[in-house]
Amino acid sequence: MSGAEYQVILFDSVNAALLAEKLLKREGIPFKVIPVPRHLSSDCGVCIRIPAHERERAKHSLAKGVHIQGIHAL
Amino acid sequence: MHPENIVYFDNAATSWPKPQETMDAMYLFAAHTGANPGRSGHSLSVQAAREVMDTREALAELLCVQDMLRIIFTRNATESLNLVFKGLLHKGDHVITSSMEHNSVMRPLRGLESQGVKLSVVQCAPTGELDPGDIRAAIMRGTRMIVLTHASNVTGTLMPVSEVGSIAREHGIVFCVDAAQTAGSVPIDVQSMNIDILVFTGHKALFGPQGTGGLYLGPGLEHELTPLVMGGTGSLSEFEKQPDFLPDKYESGTPNAMGLAGLGAGVRFLQRQGLASVRAREEELKEQLIEGLRNIRGVHVYGPKDMARSIANVSFTMESTSPSEVTLALDEFYGIMSRPGLHCAPSAHRTIGTFPGGTVRFSLGYFNTSDQVSYALQAVSDLCAGTLEKRSWKSR
Ligand SMILES: Cc1ncc(COP(=O)(O)O)c(C=O)c1O
Repeated sequence: MSGAEYQVILFDSVNAALLAEKLLKREGIPFKVIPVPRHLSSDCGVCIRIPAHERERAKHSLAKGVHIQGIHAL
Repeated sequence: MHPENIVYFDNAATSWPKPQETMDAMYLFAAHTGANPGRSGHSLSVQAAREVMDTREALAELLCVQDMLRIIFTRNATESLNLVFKGLLHKGDHVITSSMEHNSVMRPLRGLESQGVKLSVVQCAPTGELDPGDIRAAIMRGTRMIVLTHASNVTGTLMPVSEVGSIAREHGIVFCVDAAQTAGSVPIDVQSMNIDILVFTGHKALFGPQGTGGLYLGPGLEHELTPLVMGGTGSLSEFEKQPDFLPDKYESGTPNAMGLAGLGAGVRFLQRQGLASVRAREEELKEQLIEGLRNIRGVHVYGPKDMARSIANVSFTMESTSPSEVTLALDEFYGIMSRPGLHCAPSAHRTIGTFPGGTVRFSLGYFNTSDQVSYALQAVSDLCAGTLEKRSWKSR
């Protein structure tokens, strides 16, 4: 798994991440819910990992429904 | 008493039985998911949170709420109402409500009144009906909120929620609807009805278990509503300040996730049946019941004359026997579960003229049958005639 392959999307809360999960599922964008990597946030929650090439599509489909805290390369 | 021998006419207090799906969902949660929703990041914790979110989604669909994060869970309607009133009303604010409200509205509002909130209680007709014009007339400078039950728990009378919603919107007043009696049995659209806050409880028509409830909070109100409870949310754990986003701002502490899994299953059950067909079934039973009761000499039925203007809660009194004696006899001799007295709504009983004695309430639900209604009508008629006889539903 190289750094260029994946991106992670951070949200305000687990609730928001799980709403994002529903939205991505609807759009058919592949993703995985993972714990927030320690170097990105000290929070104990979860975030969503997507293939890097899906970044723009994911951003677009989430924009209407949920607040994104940040998107980072993994 | 064996459950099969029971005729349960107390659905307005808590619906029973529940759909099998509600019980299965709670069992599955306890057996397979179990973890603390969203607190720990491991897959079981995420799955628990996912099940709670699924319930949020189902309720958002049911109530026509676009953003499911605006559905906030609490223990019941009472807690939601307390959150709304105590978090939004301040000294000097004016609030309007109706004379048909449940004590879960009246008591916290009376409590706030003693702290300087001004309260107007708009008188309803003896049928429980409200004239929206009377709400308009009660509006003054400083009116912050209108609180209205969607339907009376005593008489089933439906309130003119859409009309009052337009009045509130026109004046920029927060409109809070207590849908404890209607969420799950009457279609609700928070957009078209101009509802800013909708309070629901899980254990009545939504077919969830006790200990589940919540509210819908309209856009922007999260900046004005102070939380009732603060604490751990699983989000922003590095800060000691309460999160300001929804629903976390108002959902501190471990929720009743098992119960919420059951509530979600209850709502999906309703959606599969279709709200229209649920309502139609209850309507039919209610009409049979009201017509039957009206034909028994010595029985007086309360509520609107036009049956389309009520839900399936029917209040009646008997000339010769007090409500508590009636319900006791119905329970002991016939296995019929009903509720006597004031139904936590003294003001509603004053309005319909049955204070302090109260009424007997039969509240019907989706799982009642026409045969049960006939059986109960026979029981009431026996009681009136003084020909009590020990019977049971199963061996009738
Ligand atoms: C109209 C109305 N409002 C509020 C409530 C309170 O619901 P809960 O006891 O679930 O808080 C009830 C039922 O008890 C009710 O009938």
